[in-house]
Amino acid sequence: MGPVLIANRGEIAARIARTCRRLNWRSIAVFSDVDASALHVAAADLAEPIGPAHPRESYLCIPAILAAAKRAGALYVHPGYGFLSENAAFAEACAASGLIFIGPPPGVIRAMGGKAQARLLAEANGVACLPGDPGVDQSEAALLAAAERIGFPVMIKAIGGGGGRGMRRVAHAADFAAALAAARREAEIFGDDRVMIEKLVVDARHIEVQILADAHGHVLHLHERDCTLQRRHQKLVEECPAPGMDAALRAELGRRACALARAVGYVGAGTVEFIAQAPLQADRIWFMEMNTRLQVEHPVTEMVTGLDLVEWQLRIAAGEALPFAQSDIRLNGHAVEARLCAEDPARQFLPSPGRLAALELPDEAVGLRVDAGFRAGDMLTPYYDSLIAKVIAHAPTRGEALERLAQALDQCRAEGVRLNANFLAAALRSPEMREGRMTTQFLEAARKRLLESAVKEPA
Amino acid sequence: MAETITIRAEIGASVWKIAAHAGTALAEDDPIIILESMKLEIPVMAPHAGVVMEILVAEGQQVEEGQAVAIFRR
Repeated sequence: MGPVLIANRGEIAARIARTCRRLNWRSIAVFSDVDASALHVAAADLAEPIGPAHPRESYLCIPAILAAAKRAGALYVHPGYGFLSENAAFAEACAASGLIFIGPPPGVIRAMGGKAQARLLAEANGVACLPGDPGVDQSEAALLAAAERIGFPVMIKAIGGGGGRGMRRVAHAADFAAALAAARREAEIFGDDRVMIEKLVVDARHIEVQILADAHGHVLHLHERDCTLQRRHQKLVEECPAPGMDAALRAELGRRACALARAVGYVGAGTVEFIAQAPLQADRIWFMEMNTRLQVEHPVTEMVTGLDLVEWQLRIAAGEALPFAQSDIRLNGHAVEARLCAEDPARQFLPSPGRLAALELPDEAVGLRVDAGFRAGDMLTPYYDSLIAKVIAHAPTRGEALERLAQALDQCRAEGVRLNANFLAAALRSPEMREGRMTTQFLEAARKRLLESAVKEPA
Repeated sequence: MAETITIRAEIGASVWKIAAHAGTALAEDDPIIILESMKLEIPVMAPHAGVVMEILVAEGQQVEEGQAVAIFRR
């Protein structure tokens, strides 16, 4: 089968190539000038150059990727995550070039890509959204009135934002004007000073549901993931199942996610993200957005369900029907993932580009998986993200999985760049995490304490 | 008392945006330049209230850790 061109780099490209090899699909890597000797290139059967290091000229350059696909004789394109994975124009361009894009139809990507439209779709299908105001009237008076109607505390969010840009928490009406001005200034730098207002969820947890849909109308969910441990609104630790989730609530969230997927004609793997107010209960979980691609944290789902999500993406793209029913989806034990990044928790998680002079990762074993994107000697350039590898532990209970992962992180070491392994291990061993009391603010609020309790790095 | 301060990049990055050009008066923590590194925008902020005297880099340019990027006067 195949061949499949993997339009990505780093750990996810290497991971997709691994499944291709197991299934006997030929894989084609692409690489920018700085990635010619990268691990993901070695992992694939073939590799094609796509241009200079800057992502605009390589991994985000649609003509360069299509040309590479043509040269290599690809039939499928797997976009991975990030880069062009949620770009409807890319999915359309693939189809126009006779390539099968591994993902949902372009119309679905587009519908879910706009926050306002995704929200309308969710509400139309009975999926509760966080109380909010889209900011049609951008006057201070109208936005303040919206905030009062929603009820303080609220969050002011840049409409063109993402990644935490232009976001301000406001506890009282008296602080609203100053926070609005600050959010607007920040949003304006990114080209659009419009903001929206949302209810602020105090003690928030991030819960998401993995779905899988084939082209024959079958939609299933593969349970939930908890991705509450974040810094800068980006996930660092994810687990399956979510602590505190009971079977009834799991079924209810699965029902909501599948209803939305069915309503938009979803095909492939996708994730419906929710924000929850701790402790978990059905009337305090609200839809946030749907990601129309494979997620970074998909391995925790794979370990508890025993399903290979990339395999099912490929099979669905090839037209196969899902051969299982919802009741066949297992929930076996507990899995936790940590994202090993080149960053410095001691300097507010500042990224740490540089040459990886040394890199030591734990060996894979029963209950321990390592999805690495780099090896010693590789250059981690400022052009791409800071994710070096994902370490995933699986065990019969949550407590055992947390400890197995913490011990695996104790073995991680890098030279040449700062590594967040010790910090992550300390977070996994914290009482908040052990007892399932974490919130999305935890890592940033407890940063100093976690740094102090982290095992000292060897000199 | 006026004091001239050299503002430096704290990380290897590319200059994503010049947020305040020479002559701009800023409040403490207002962004002068926004760097981009490893998919993260990192603002280089005014250390005090003051005026941007000179911007030493251009948008799109690569900078090294510790490189001077602006001259600022408090």
